[in-house]
Amino acid sequence: MITEKMNQAESLDAVVIRFVGDSGDGMQLTGTQFSDTSAMFGNDVATFPNYPSEIRAPQGSLYGVSGFQVHIGSVEVSTPGDNLDLLVAMNPAGLKTNLYAVKPGQTIIVDVDSFTKKNLEKAQYETNPLHDGSLENYRVVEVPMTSLTKEALKDIEGLDNKSITRSKNMFALGMVYWLYDRSPEHTIEFFHKKFRNKPHLIEANTKVLNAGFFYAETIELIPNSYSISPAKMAGGTYRIIMGNTATAWGFLAAAEKSGLELFLGSYPITPATDILHELVKHKHFGVKAFQAEDEIAGISSAIGASFAGDLAITTTSGPGLALKGEALGLAMMIELPLVVVNVQRGGPSTGLPTKTEQSDLLQAMYGRNGESPVIVLAASTPANCFTYAYQAAKLALEHMTPVVLLTDGYIANGSAPWKIKKLEELPEIKNHIVKEAKENWHPYDRDEETLARNWAIPGTPGLEHRVGGLEKDRITGDVSHVPENHEIMTHTRAEKVKRVQNYIPEVVPEFAEEGDLLVIGWGGTYGSLHSAVKQLNSEGYKNIGFAHFNYINPLPKNTGELLKKFKKIVVCELNNGQFVNVLRMHFNQDFLQHNKIQGLPFANSELIEKFKQLVK
Amino acid sequence: METTIQKKYTYKDFGNDQEVRWCPGCDDYVILRSVQKALPEMGVKKEDVVFISGIGCSSRFPYYMGTYGMHGIHGRAPAIASGVKLANPDLSVWVITGDGDSMAIGGNHFIHVLRRNIDLNIILFNNEIYGLTKGQFSPTSLVGQKTKSSPFGNTQPPFSPGELAIGAQARFFARIGGNAPKEMSDIFVEAEKFKGTSLIEVLQNCVIFNDGCYVKYTDKTVREDKQLFVEHGKPMIFGKDKNKGLVLKGLKLETVTIGENGITEDDILVHDAKEKDPTMHQMLVRLEYPLVTGIIRSFEDVTLEERENALTEQIKAKSDFKVTNDLFFSGETYQVK
Repeated sequence: MITEKMNQAESLDAVVIRFVGDSGDGMQLTGTQFSDTSAMFGNDVATFPNYPSEIRAPQGSLYGVSGFQVHIGSVEVSTPGDNLDLLVAMNPAGLKTNLYAVKPGQTIIVDVDSFTKKNLEKAQYETNPLHDGSLENYRVVEVPMTSLTKEALKDIEGLDNKSITRSKNMFALGMVYWLYDRSPEHTIEFFHKKFRNKPHLIEANTKVLNAGFFYAETIELIPNSYSISPAKMAGGTYRIIMGNTATAWGFLAAAEKSGLELFLGSYPITPATDILHELVKHKHFGVKAFQAEDEIAGISSAIGASFAGDLAITTTSGPGLALKGEALGLAMMIELPLVVVNVQRGGPSTGLPTKTEQSDLLQAMYGRNGESPVIVLAASTPANCFTYAYQAAKLALEHMTPVVLLTDGYIANGSAPWKIKKLEELPEIKNHIVKEAKENWHPYDRDEETLARNWAIPGTPGLEHRVGGLEKDRITGDVSHVPENHEIMTHTRAEKVKRVQNYIPEVVPEFAEEGDLLVIGWGGTYGSLHSAVKQLNSEGYKNIGFAHFNYINPLPKNTGELLKKFKKIVVCELNNGQFVNVLRMHFNQDFLQHNKIQGLPFANSELIEKFKQLVK
Repeated sequence: METTIQKKYTYKDFGNDQEVRWCPGCDDYVILRSVQKALPEMGVKKEDVVFISGIGCSSRFPYYMGTYGMHGIHGRAPAIASGVKLANPDLSVWVITGDGDSMAIGGNHFIHVLRRNIDLNIILFNNEIYGLTKGQFSPTSLVGQKTKSSPFGNTQPPFSPGELAIGAQARFFARIGGNAPKEMSDIFVEAEKFKGTSLIEVLQNCVIFNDGCYVKYTDKTVREDKQLFVEHGKPMIFGKDKNKGLVLKGLKLETVTIGENGITEDDILVHDAKEKDPTMHQMLVRLEYPLVTGIIRSFEDVTLEERENALTEQIKAKSDFKVTNDLFFSGETYQVK
């Protein structure tokens, strides 16, 4: 049977699968297991969870649907994908809200047991879609998952009804493993770890998983099977990492490399809280993670810790950054190192907390009173959240200034393979700590190259000094209201940030160095934009280049030069046009825009269509 | 045997060459000098002392000190100071704040820093008015008080800082008049010795916008009769003739005269600042006559940093993760060739 299946297996480059169900149905776990297993097999993977902001929305309701999308490939996959090759729907609401994404002709697996009159009503179906012909264009596989799960578990003692129904997600996972030629072994190992002290749950979940696997195989309900070969990736040791975890780990690495202790001051906010969750685990590295009473106390405590000599960070999302604005201005004024992570979400106000958007760029740049420049960076993939968190810490310490690191809900919750970085492979991190008193020492003595001021830490004899939000004399550091001094200090603070240009890499265009169209993006849209331009390139559009920005303020030195090499420039953003206006301020050129503000990432098809139109 | 020689400081070591710019006659000068005189008595090294302030007249304080300091932003000094102390628990960290700074804009940080019991010393300059913005009512201004923003009289009832603080689980609360430098210095020394958050409310006269607001309690001619200066373990006796005292009648404190109606000194309540139950401390804080000053509450409890450090040490000892490489290569990794 197995051999026969292998022979039949259809070979594919990449597939996109989405698991959907009630927010209590375990869809996130199912999706994570599938992506982990695929990564171990050697596929490139990209995932994206999509869940409601309610913790447990009413069962069966349309707005309570929780989903997890996985894109696996034998080739590089840089987004979770847009159109689905397989939808697994655990209830009618899941089917209704996700059907739009399934490619015509592709497969939908449903738990037919959940298509009851009551659930159909909750999903606002007037007729049962399984019977009314509305799914004619798809290959629908009706599986009585709930009853098969119950049947599989009938002999196991100590299971209540709830535990039984809740394990039906493993039945679905088992079927999908068979379908894509994956071994359930990894997930069984996972059960052994997760339920170490509950052997009956290990047995139950394993049984259901295998039942799903064998059901798919023996009933031959699914006519074809697919195989996706391992992707070609650079050699090394990998792990699957979520963006928020990668961000947290970047700071752990930066603390160890710089020899400083890590302090996090934070207040819970979606979708940034997982960074706090991750860092509180690492007391063994001496991490001081302080859950404060509010966003302002989060950043203020971090400023205090920075004054006292720690590598200090604070984490938040859009509304929280607004609250932190005044304190961020203080950190800029007293010229202390500090990293503020803003995991962007849909705004304004409370907006769309669980959806993604790039609409805090101007807030990060300008959301403070007075002339208040800070360094702004943006990570662009789940894995490079590590790199940019590390880089943010390095720049803050080496330039004695706050840094805002922008990520977003899409990359923060998404996961992807990360080629693990050893500490010894990471760049050095210097600091400006002054250890002993020299004659004529002043707190605003600066490094000639970077203009970073020196960092005198409480506890160091002879360097006692006062900092504060009032303007300071540029030499003595005493409070000064002298007009010329204020102007000079304002210019100095701006120049200090500008000179960071000398320490960051140039932007390197992909696919074309000159041509008819330059596609520009920044931050979390890298995957979508890169795939679209890549596809066009392979279709013969060699005249389209792609430049993606991780350094927003200051911009890479060669930006202006690069822009001149293309006839048209289109700046693509998940906002109403923010980065494009930053570019307009700096460069006197025509910039076209492509904007999307739906709380969703760009779809490949919309980008392709747009770019084709622009080079017509 | 002493292995280090503690440097002997004088109050001058804790000042600097900056011109002090408060209004002539302001109690802030008294507080500044009292702090500078108390510091040499504390056995702390000058380089280990940090003053953090918010915004307001009082918050210019760090600029006049010879120690490390930060003039922060409005209301946030307790949060900044918490970060300083958690980053380096060996420092002696002081918060300078006013009634607007700590009770209004910084109310949230004020209650939470007390709840957590981080080892900080907070000096609250309470002048029942906004001085730096030139005379608006504050959260401690009295009902009916005429100010720039309440020309017909204030309609908002005030907080009592001590009552709020003890309600927020303050373990150390002291109150002292702004014209009592000696007692003030002594309280500062005790506050530094106390492990945990110490709050000292100074009844500070604003000569410009609220002159004389405490005169009925603090004027030298009435002070002894109107104030009860409490000391732990001593009977709560006051008055010029040392013949007035507090007794408990029902659920209320009552002032009695020793020698009248058969009352003797033995009937007078003895002050127990170290009692965990704050009921009596709250009653003392609320009294209007006599106004209770001195260290009203001083209950030693575990500090936040002690809890945090103990946990960290415990976890460090147990964990297999010594460096980040251990973490990064742990769990599920896989090889790509």
